[in-house]
Amino acid sequence: MAFLEVDGVSKTFGGVAANVDISFTVERGQILGLIGPNGAGKTSLFNAIAGEVRPDRGQIRLEGKRISGLGPVACSRAGVARTFQVVRSFDSMSVLENVMVGAFARTSSPAEAMGRAMSVLEFCGLAARADAAAHQLTPPEKRRLEIARALATEPKLLLLDEMLTGLTPTEAAAGVALVRAVRERAITVVMVEHVMEVVLPLVDRAVVLNLGRVLMTGSPAEVVRHPDVIRAYLGDRYAAPA
Amino acid sequence: MLTADALAQALISGLLMGLIYALVAAGLSLIFGLMDIVNFAHGELLMLAMYAAVVLFGATHLDPLLQLPIVAGLLFLLGMGVYRGVIARALGVRFNRGMVQIFATFGLAIFIRGAAQFVWGGDFRSVSGTWLANRSVDLGGIFVPLPQLAASLVCLLAFAGLLLINRTEFGRALEATREDRDAVALIGIDRDRIFALGWGLGAGTVGIAGVMLITFYYVSPNVGANFAIIAYVTVALGGFGSVLGALAAGIVIGEVEALTALFLEPSLKQVGMFAVYLLVLMVRPRGLFGTL
Amino acid sequence: MNAIQRRRRLELIGGVVVLLALALLPLPIRDVYTQNLIIITILFAGLSQAWNILGGYCGQISLGHALYLGVGAYVSTMLYVHGGVPPTVGMFAGGAVAGLGALLVGWPCFRLSGHYYAIATVVVGEIGYLLFLNWDWVGAATGIYVPFRGESLIALQFRTSKLPFHYAALIFAAVTWVIAFVIEGRAWGYAWRAVRDDVVAARSLGVRVFPSKMAAAAISGFLTGVGGAIYAQYVGYIDPDSILAGSLSILIALPAVLGGVGTLWGPLVGAAVLIPVSELTRSYLGGSGQGVDLMIYGGMIVLVALARPAGLVSLFGAGARA
Repeated sequence: MAFLEVDGVSKTFGGVAANVDISFTVERGQILGLIGPNGAGKTSLFNAIAGEVRPDRGQIRLEGKRISGLGPVACSRAGVARTFQVVRSFDSMSVLENVMVGAFARTSSPAEAMGRAMSVLEFCGLAARADAAAHQLTPPEKRRLEIARALATEPKLLLLDEMLTGLTPTEAAAGVALVRAVRERAITVVMVEHVMEVVLPLVDRAVVLNLGRVLMTGSPAEVVRHPDVIRAYLGDRYAAPA
Repeated sequence: MLTADALAQALISGLLMGLIYALVAAGLSLIFGLMDIVNFAHGELLMLAMYAAVVLFGATHLDPLLQLPIVAGLLFLLGMGVYRGVIARALGVRFNRGMVQIFATFGLAIFIRGAAQFVWGGDFRSVSGTWLANRSVDLGGIFVPLPQLAASLVCLLAFAGLLLINRTEFGRALEATREDRDAVALIGIDRDRIFALGWGLGAGTVGIAGVMLITFYYVSPNVGANFAIIAYVTVALGGFGSVLGALAAGIVIGEVEALTALFLEPSLKQVGMFAVYLLVLMVRPRGLFGTL
Repeated sequence: MNAIQRRRRLELIGGVVVLLALALLPLPIRDVYTQNLIIITILFAGLSQAWNILGGYCGQISLGHALYLGVGAYVSTMLYVHGGVPPTVGMFAGGAVAGLGALLVGWPCFRLSGHYYAIATVVVGEIGYLLFLNWDWVGAATGIYVPFRGESLIALQFRTSKLPFHYAALIFAAVTWVIAFVIEGRAWGYAWRAVRDDVVAARSLGVRVFPSKMAAAAISGFLTGVGGAIYAQYVGYIDPDSILAGSLSILIALPAVLGGVGTLWGPLVGAAVLIPVSELTRSYLGGSGQGVDLMIYGGMIVLVALARPAGLVSLFGAGARA
């Protein structure tokens, strides 16, 4: 039994098949990259794992227990945390308060929640901004806040939605370091990305989606060399003979 | 004793009143469908239209039927003014958008109510001595008062007008903005202008309803609140955003009200429509033709 | 100690100071009109704080909250008139029934978003009004006179002086403030504000939206009901027009909106501005003043909504809490 099992997941939205028979597994403590060109079905699959969307067919299991189709709240309680591609911060609250909302998922004591939130903020490098209003953060800081908030729920599985897209090289490097640090804490990470050069050096394994199906799974080195993958991203002209 | 005549009378008057409810609701639904905002001042706009007709009649003795274009025009301009002065600002708010949108129009409603009370006092006014007043038509034993009949015919015509507008370029622009208000700028539609015109149209329809209503109904500063509730119930039944839904629902609500008054008692006439509202809430929140 | 803890300590100190000031305030005042004004202001500050728990913190704008005020008043008064139950006990029964009512209303309505919910509360409020207006057992349109059975603390009846009512209202307002203060610092308070700001994000963090809204409704309804019972004892007479009408719903909600929706001090500041304005315009301008009070509140609310949605408290730099 693998840590996370995606088993034959299919989902259609109004006639468009977003996901077709997707299956793969993730081992505990791995960083998995979910990649593919735009429209490949990454977001739909991501939302299925996060509980926002119920698959039409198939199942998703965490540590053997089904988490698909249960809704985001149940998923969160099962140990899944996620970030949002377009940052969703609680704008009427401070950075610390935002993270405390996450912390309250595991404790009902305000003192404990505050303590845990502070330590998560330190971990994410936002401790200095703890009392700033959430809406005043810079975009990279807002992404860190998303991660901090998700981490405060003490998840077993962290889902990152295009966390590294649109960052400067320095910011991206810092982001990569943060993801590695998260893995150090024995949290499994599944990241959706479509910027290959940032994500492939970071992940242990990659699942490539194209047109709703799994194109291939493998190590980053295998993925980057595979002609089908190259064809999917860049078109036939760049596919070198196998 | 419930006679067939009494029943028929109730059904007819329910239909006539229902058409007015339908037109009032249509204006509300139109604005909602366009920009996802409930105009909590809708009832007060109706009230202003009614007062305008009273004032105009008092000054010029112009028959309400002839006042229609004037009052409708005034309300149209008022609607656009409300949009530009209040709503446009409310749309741009970042925090607490829900609360802001509710209270921007709710506060306006209270303000207008207060202004009406200040200007015209609390007593009831209506328009009497028009050419249709106190006349009725006898349809096989049932008395149909002419003012109500004329009012419902005008409302039907107004609905026909709304449907015709749908076929014009403006109507298509309205439809496009309703479908995807973020994308319309890409096809050259000035969203702000459409919103303003939409508000004008919504207020204009209420203007028409108000002028016709005053020929057989009284106006007072609180009358807006009463009609607003009926409008909410009607729009909830018909579906938020659907003008056709408003027509169907208005007639239903009018009938339900008339029948409830007949079978229970007049002071309880609203019970029926409230029961309908609760039913819709539980069973089909998006109403008959709405898309929630 | 971080900023949150510092702020809360300051708020608590502020609360104690305001409480003491208000406790001492009526002592030098002899004129009955002013005493009455202060009592009504404090009472509505408390009622608005109760509303704020559901409307401000939780974001479910209720425009028909007078229903709970009325239910609390009627239950408590009926128990007193028919059962001899003293209002100091009866108010809790009133609050409980009102809280239950709020749960019943919330159950189907909380899945409605923003304005749909607001509309539902208007209609439900109107249903309540119609119900009591036609219910003979509770006096229908005539209402109920609260019988004066002698001065009594337990029965909350005082003829010789208004002072005890002042303290009753003050205790009520203080309790609502304390409840809001405590919850603001605990998990519920955070959950409510998260749900209000972004319900999708809140869910992704495991916040159970529906139960938390129901909790807010129950607390808000209960407190409003208790306030209603006190109001009934103070005014000595209740009828649907004075206690269930839409105008009362407005008077309960508007102070919080003016002062700062979802803030601790908002309802107090708002009540301190709105209630005196209402009373004063009505008495000083008399007949021609009719409507001026409505114009003033309506105008203030529109201005707040458009120019300063965070409310008057934000003028005092009470943070970016919107």
